[in-house]
Amino acid sequence: MKKTLKLSKTSKGNFATYGMVILAYAILQFLGSNAVREGGLLSPTLRGQLVPICAYVVMALSLNLTVGILGELSLGHAGFMSVGAFSGTIAAIALQNTIPAGGPRLLIAMVIGAAFATVAGILIGIPVLRLNGDYLAIVTLAFGEIIKSLITNLYVGKDANGLHFSFITNNMRLGEGGQMLLNGPMGINGINKISTFTAGFVLILIALFVIFNLVNSRSGRAIMALRDNRIAAESVGIPVTKYKMMAFVTSAALAGSAGALFALGQNSLISTKFDFNTSILVLVFVVLGGLGRMWGSIIAAAALTILPEALRQFSDYRMLVYAIVLILVMLATNNPTLKGFFAKLFRKPEEVETGKGGEGK
Amino acid sequence: MSERVKREPTKLVPVPSTNIIPERDVDKTPILECRHLGIDFGGLTAVNDFNMAIGRTEIAGLIGPNGAGKTTVFNLLTKVYQPTRGTILLGGVDTHSMSTVQVNKAGIARTFQNIRLFANLSVEDNVKLGLHNHIGYGMWTGIFRLPSYWREERIAHERAMELLSIFDMEGLADVKAGSLPYGAQRRLEIVRALATNPSLLLLDEPAAGMNPSETAELMDNIVKIRDTFQIAVLLIEHDMSLVMGICEGICVLNFGQIIAKGTPDEIKNNPEVIKAYLGSRKEG
Amino acid sequence: MSFLNHLINGMGLGSVYAIIALGYTMVYGIAKMLNFAHGDIIMVGAYVCFFATSTYGLPPLVGVLLAMLVCTVLGVVIERLAYKPLRQAPSLAVLITAIGMSYFLQNAAQLLWTPNPKIFPQFFATTNPDGTQQTAIPLFDGALNLKYTTIVNVAACVIIMLALTWFTGKTKMGKAMRACSENKAAAQLMGIDVNATISLTFAIGSALAAIAGVLYLSSYQTLVPTTGSMPGIKAFTAAVFGGIGSIPGAFLGGILLGVIEILAGAYISTQLANAIVFAVLIVTLLVRPAGLLGKPVAEKV
Repeated sequence: MKKTLKLSKTSKGNFATYGMVILAYAILQFLGSNAVREGGLLSPTLRGQLVPICAYVVMALSLNLTVGILGELSLGHAGFMSVGAFSGTIAAIALQNTIPAGGPRLLIAMVIGAAFATVAGILIGIPVLRLNGDYLAIVTLAFGEIIKSLITNLYVGKDANGLHFSFITNNMRLGEGGQMLLNGPMGINGINKISTFTAGFVLILIALFVIFNLVNSRSGRAIMALRDNRIAAESVGIPVTKYKMMAFVTSAALAGSAGALFALGQNSLISTKFDFNTSILVLVFVVLGGLGRMWGSIIAAAALTILPEALRQFSDYRMLVYAIVLILVMLATNNPTLKGFFAKLFRKPEEVETGKGGEGK
Repeated sequence: MSERVKREPTKLVPVPSTNIIPERDVDKTPILECRHLGIDFGGLTAVNDFNMAIGRTEIAGLIGPNGAGKTTVFNLLTKVYQPTRGTILLGGVDTHSMSTVQVNKAGIARTFQNIRLFANLSVEDNVKLGLHNHIGYGMWTGIFRLPSYWREERIAHERAMELLSIFDMEGLADVKAGSLPYGAQRRLEIVRALATNPSLLLLDEPAAGMNPSETAELMDNIVKIRDTFQIAVLLIEHDMSLVMGICEGICVLNFGQIIAKGTPDEIKNNPEVIKAYLGSRKEG
Repeated sequence: MSFLNHLINGMGLGSVYAIIALGYTMVYGIAKMLNFAHGDIIMVGAYVCFFATSTYGLPPLVGVLLAMLVCTVLGVVIERLAYKPLRQAPSLAVLITAIGMSYFLQNAAQLLWTPNPKIFPQFFATTNPDGTQQTAIPLFDGALNLKYTTIVNVAACVIIMLALTWFTGKTKMGKAMRACSENKAAAQLMGIDVNATISLTFAIGSALAAIAGVLYLSSYQTLVPTTGSMPGIKAFTAAVFGGIGSIPGAFLGGILLGVIEILAGAYISTQLANAIVFAVLIVTLLVRPAGLLGKPVAEKV
């Protein structure tokens, strides 16, 4: 009896999150439809932002798995996005003639992006996950920078004989009808935009499905146990590396598919797009949305991707405002005095009477 | 009681152990045997020449003044630290080169002096984590919620509730472990350790912070656990009423060395033990 | 001979990293936070010195002192306003606040001083009789070029390192600092003013950042509002490389990092120099998880 009750309690929150995403999709689709378009309810800028928003939402969700659920700070998450973006885009361009239809090609690109990011996640996870705390964080940062450098120096071309690669200097001699796909620091140009808002929406649902179901399973419990108390987890027979790896690699794979989605919604792509600042940006989404809180990540990622656009009227001041908002939010939500003050401010009077302490981070 | 007589002829305890293997366990190999166990931290010898054996269903006590190295012994047994010297035999199997995880799978479970629960998870999830290696489905089954997910989770839930019922904690199943009162947290740690299906349960100061009536209840429960699960219990405790009340064999540690071993009565009257606890008359 | 040249240049660059890393490591040691705004303090210091010398025509030494003053005040104010209210907060919240502060400084600099690059003056040069500027001492018939900046960098770094070692080891304030980094609560019980000690640490760290900013820009000349972030990250890497929290570690880590960066650029690939630096860091941490001179902290069970 109790079991069904409890499950429905956890599931209720999860279903609410699914519902929120589906509702947001429906509303935006309606606003974007031709009937309403003339009313100008959805500005062209916002419409152009829909795919990146979806990509960043998935990035935030996946990083929340590492930071919120596994409890390890990663400062190089953009690296996995980069791996997914470049591998997925190269696959999409290479397959342009074989599979002309955009939808299936996007699906393949996202799968390939996820696959390459998985491999990167495993390769990086093996050394990184042996470390702890701030040391782990700095090593993820280092890997993010290494991935950026490697892709900046990678050249990929295609001709009748298949794909060709070269590193640092482009010494490729492509055959008849050959085409450069990735041009080192110049990146990829002339991308045929095949990402759609619907594809992004589906990817968000997939990410939520994977994360929610993982968290509420035997493996997810083990991952959270490592976060709460590693030594106790070992003492009850939970292998640390296996479950750290599971969370880290799942997170990388999701980031890879988000990268492919993002890239195939752009005209061109350069590796410096996915630098330390992008990793930090996604981390900000996760922390502001709340560690381990998936709906929070979704809202934070969406809101903070739109915010700089919304602040456009402040033009030069917008990033300054963004920085100040960020600091104030952190202070307001984490300082005991300020937290109490804000809690009183936003709480119904009768609740103040009971004097219950505010909850949540 | 004729334990002493029974113990003498056994060849099963080759190390000089005066621990009392209960009569019912004498014809079996001891569950735990430590031979010349020792560990150094840098130049400091924390535990040295630690020899002890515990019977299959014995409740044994490890006592000694603060800093005597009791918890270090637990950390050696569970391989939180690798011993510098000596061997640990668990059911006759050498645990050399095993990790903490492997030792747990081999049958040692423990609680911690400074409580280490999974504070953000529910009481039930804490117990289910103890059951982790007895739940038989993997990552993909969990993500796609295949039939075996539901079946295994149901069994785990029932088992968890059954274990929680030892301490009448079923009603707290949904409570966050970190928000439990202190005594309940200690009890939950014991339940979680039991869930791993151990053959030896190590309890590190289980009665710390409990009042006399709670301690009395705990004593009954430890004996009940031993009788129900037929396992051995080794406990560290400062509360002498508990140690003298339920332990069949006691080992006294001071400055990393065993200074006395024997039955509660023998220990109570051992001058070395009295000196270690109260200091010699001169110093006093 | 060219190897020796690269080695010396590497030490020059490494000295700058070391000075920044010293600030990083001290702040980390005492506040246990990754102060990502530290790199941007370097930038502010460089701008102050640039305007003092180029616009107002003050002598370089006055420029440096002014930069140190401004950065010290800035560092202390940042700590008081943004970090102090979060003393009890989870470390991730402090990290995000530091990142917010870094954005703030960069964007404020962009508004105040425009994103257009400023060319930093060449302080360490002598004028030849024919009017050309000389920035290096040629040795062995020009086979070895010893740049003035390199000499100044290494000298400054060594002096600062020795001064800090003396300060933390011998003075009362320095001992208070070490006590706070060991255990704040216990330090407070012993009558140490923890808040003042933390402020002092930020003050010292920021003043060092100002010096590093001037030295860094004397070698690399192009000054933009984001100038500080890369040396900031590198110095952070250097601090971790040497063992974060350790003063000799930051020194060693900084020098090694600079040398590796220059040598990798010279002999392997300029484009991959950064990647190689980070790869060396990763390998080092795998072999010595607490850095070269750091002491591993075992969790008590």
